[in-house]
Amino acid sequence: MSIPADLLYARSHEWIRVDDDGVVIGITEYAQDQLGEVVYVELPEVGTAVDANEELGTLESVKAVSEFLSPVAGEVIEINERLEDEPNLVNGDPYGDGWLVKISGSPEGEATLSPEEYSAFLEEENS
Amino acid sequence: MHPWVGAGDEDRRHILEELGLESIDQLFASIPASVCVDRLELPAARDEESVRMSLSRMSTANLSMGCVPSFLGAGVYRHVQPSVVDAVMSRAEFFTSYTPYQAEISQGTLQVIFEFQTLMTRLTELEVANASLYDGATALVEAVLFSHRVLRGKRDTAVVAETIHPMYRRVLDTYAASAGIEVVTVPPGADGRLDPDRVRNAASEPCCVAVQSPNFLGIVEDLPGLAEAAQSSGALAVQVVTEAASFGLLAGGGRFGFDVVCGEAQSFGVAPGFGGPHLGFFACSEKHIRQMPGRLAGETVDDDGNRAFCLTLSTREQHIRRAKATSNICTNQGLMALAATVWLESIGGSGLRRLATSCLSRTEELKRRIAELGAPWELAYPESPTFNEFLLVGPGNGPDLVHRLAEEGILAGVPSTLWGGSWPDGVVTAVTECNSSHDLDAFVDALKRVS
Amino acid sequence: MKRRAIRPEPLFFERNRRRVPRQGFLLPELDVPAVDPKEILPPELVREPDPDFPDISEMEVVQHFHRLSQLNYAVDEGLYPLGSCTMKYNPRLNEVTARYPGLAGIHPLQPESQVQGALELIWELEQALKAITGMPGVTLQPAAGAHGELTGILMIRKALEARGDTRQVVLVPDSAHGTNPATAVFAGYRAVEMRSAEDGTVDLEALDRMMDDTVAAVMLTVPNTLGVFEHRIIEISKLVHDRGGFVYIDGANLNSFAGRALPGLMGADAMHINLHKTFSTPHGGGGPGAGPVTVSEALLPHLPVPRVVREGDTFGLLWDDPQSIGPMRGFYGNFLILVRALTYIQSLGADGLRAMSDVAVLYANLVRHRLKDAYHLKYDAPSMHEVVFDDSIQTRFEVHNTDIAKRLLDYGFHPPTMSFPLIVHGALMIEPAESVAPEEVEAFCDAMLAIAKECETDPELVKTAPHDTPVRRVDEVRAARNLKVRWVPEDPAP
Repeated sequence: MSIPADLLYARSHEWIRVDDDGVVIGITEYAQDQLGEVVYVELPEVGTAVDANEELGTLESVKAVSEFLSPVAGEVIEINERLEDEPNLVNGDPYGDGWLVKISGSPEGEATLSPEEYSAFLEEENS
Repeated sequence: MHPWVGAGDEDRRHILEELGLESIDQLFASIPASVCVDRLELPAARDEESVRMSLSRMSTANLSMGCVPSFLGAGVYRHVQPSVVDAVMSRAEFFTSYTPYQAEISQGTLQVIFEFQTLMTRLTELEVANASLYDGATALVEAVLFSHRVLRGKRDTAVVAETIHPMYRRVLDTYAASAGIEVVTVPPGADGRLDPDRVRNAASEPCCVAVQSPNFLGIVEDLPGLAEAAQSSGALAVQVVTEAASFGLLAGGGRFGFDVVCGEAQSFGVAPGFGGPHLGFFACSEKHIRQMPGRLAGETVDDDGNRAFCLTLSTREQHIRRAKATSNICTNQGLMALAATVWLESIGGSGLRRLATSCLSRTEELKRRIAELGAPWELAYPESPTFNEFLLVGPGNGPDLVHRLAEEGILAGVPSTLWGGSWPDGVVTAVTECNSSHDLDAFVDALKRVS
Repeated sequence: MKRRAIRPEPLFFERNRRRVPRQGFLLPELDVPAVDPKEILPPELVREPDPDFPDISEMEVVQHFHRLSQLNYAVDEGLYPLGSCTMKYNPRLNEVTARYPGLAGIHPLQPESQVQGALELIWELEQALKAITGMPGVTLQPAAGAHGELTGILMIRKALEARGDTRQVVLVPDSAHGTNPATAVFAGYRAVEMRSAEDGTVDLEALDRMMDDTVAAVMLTVPNTLGVFEHRIIEISKLVHDRGGFVYIDGANLNSFAGRALPGLMGADAMHINLHKTFSTPHGGGGPGAGPVTVSEALLPHLPVPRVVREGDTFGLLWDDPQSIGPMRGFYGNFLILVRALTYIQSLGADGLRAMSDVAVLYANLVRHRLKDAYHLKYDAPSMHEVVFDDSIQTRFEVHNTDIAKRLLDYGFHPPTMSFPLIVHGALMIEPAESVAPEEVEAFCDAMLAIAKECETDPELVKTAPHDTPVRRVDEVRAARNLKVRWVPEDPAP
């Protein structure tokens, strides 16, 4: 399972890319594999205010629904509109075109994991 | 031993031996002795003839609607029952099969559901319809909860017409409290119809406006005006239908901008059965499909590229969504939906129109003869348009009139204020294609004798 | 061997493509003057004729549904070992009594004097279910099990309100069916999950920690969803009652002990019963069912209305009671389903019901015995009427429970329940029920063993199953992605 070295991670299996004006999130390769083929993504509206660890939206496969959470407190600045017609981007390119949401705010002070910590966390989960 | 238990005594001994056990009680060792009994307090097993006699006795103690001229409606209607409906329903492949979770060996059930969904979308004139709900009353409940969800739980008031079947309203009240929804009632005007302005002003920012048409008094509402009234306050417009045969002549609410059309489809080949099982239906616009309660069959393909059907969007349902499910419903009314599908396909499109016209013609004829009869009998709302039901008032209150007319050999209808209501106390009378001219004569003669 | 239904069956709307008028059902002749709808009804409300709702003749209808029926597997064909569904024989006698005109042809709002037999029937079934459960009260209103659950929880809520208690939480084991937490939330509660003990039963320590004065009720399935009886049920009930809560029992698995044990003695305050499971009413391809709820003394006042009441030999209906939770649906219940259940109970009697649960449990243990070396049994505790395996042995060959299920279709059996309960990954929940002959259970075991072998020697065969069904594996992902839930005239002809 790939865990890119230039990203941060959350225990709820989101990845976090820190930009100048906020963070971009998606779900990790492990998470999309667990979920199965995504058939629908429910994204928040731009402008929605969120707290850290609050539910932002959901990902649906045929047999399961999974929430994804915001790792930061802030406001939704951008959403990946391609996912409306191509939800499977989450499976095919989870760290790239399958990105979900951009939120203003910074992960400083929040409980994020480094790539190594996330890798260890995955190992622990699966033992 | 019993014919419906597959293993005989010898079989049981043989299996116990294979399992290395001496007595069947050993398999129940995990049940504490203190909750066990040696024998239930019930009679012994009975042979088939004995049970037939027992049930038959209870059956013959009832007066079924076919025996005397019958004009009962108020949510349950007597319509023609083509014999093919029961013949198809009696096929074991349909009635002894399970919910079609394994699509590959349930294509029969799934295609029937798909046809039913399609028929309901055509009749309601909305884009999606589900595979059924329990009944009309719970369909209203689901519609209100649905509207609440669609508006993201931000509006806690529902505006509901008083002329929706009062029994349905009572069921809604049971659910509304625990859902945190306040129900505001709008009474009808002097003509038995809702005034759209009054509806508009009933509440600020309701999640829905729910009306029934034809309503409990049999009267057809101003659907375009009411849809507009709902939308002007940003609420969802909900049409409830209790007499599905009305779809034969009346356009579905989807035509006028209603967001939901729901109710009871018992008229489509489902036996009155003392109130159940019946057939709730629910249709809404495509944009809200993910909030729709109940099961849904969808079209897809199989590995060979052939068309196939399967249940879809199951993620809305409880077995997956659990605490966040769109509804409490699981098992629905699948066999009744099959009955309705057979009935509709057997009657046909123009057949349904002819059936509805027959209901309308016979109702108008009865209304005319009653008007001719004059005092002490009269129509409560002589000027208001009706489909196949109307409110009749006479020399006495509703229950009294029904009782006296029953003594004259007529099942005249349902007392109009059984559950209260701001309208006159009389009898809600229904007329269908099953009421011959002779029935109408008998009705009028009975009215004369009771005067 | 090939099944029938060789030709693909078009949709009704794809028939009579030229829309030629054909005679459907003949209606009674119109013996009154015909009216013009547009003169009676507001013209803007009158429907225009629908050209895409065809009329077909009677044989077409019959052939259409006959061919469709042959695409279905059904209980009458063979074993349907769906765990927690109790797919037993649907006696033909039920279908006779449910069609008696005096039962099928009566209107629920006829004067009470005209429907005494119907009211008596409801009364009789109520007494029978009270005897079967050892509980003093019952409602027959709910239309399905989940509906019954909601009814039970609402009664509990009402009882708590009546004593001024505002508890907000309902405890639900992690092994529970999704309807349990969904019901709790519907009733306005917060559903909190309780972790199971090592053996899959309720963890008494966890319950002890979590059961306090914020908890309105604990919802249990007995036996639980692994087919294991909660042997400490009396301790559990006592603990919950001592701390002011109620015990709700999900009776989906009643087939395992009906006739032998009484939920009333287990401390149940409310229990729903699935008539379409335990009491043989047909599944109908997805209902109708019925979910009566039996109750303890504490909940009696809160039973839904309308209720059947008896005075001497006369029966009546009580429509109003301020202590009641109110009606849960229209009228009295799925009456013609109640007729079937009473037919079944009268036929079986006390000894028949006992034999029913005996053999149900016996067969499940036979399956466990024959399959336990080929399939992995996660929980060692004794199985009642169902046994839960998982696919962990087969996943070594990259075969999953779904594949095994699809391959079973090729052997002519319906698969077991899968992927439930959630605490068992890759579950195969097998409930044979008591109706079939032992040979049918053995044949099912033979098939499962054969498939286990195939997983080792020819996994591709299993992973690409089914091969012999009317359609091959159905693409559910596509169904969800490209939602198509109705036919429209623009659809291409088949």
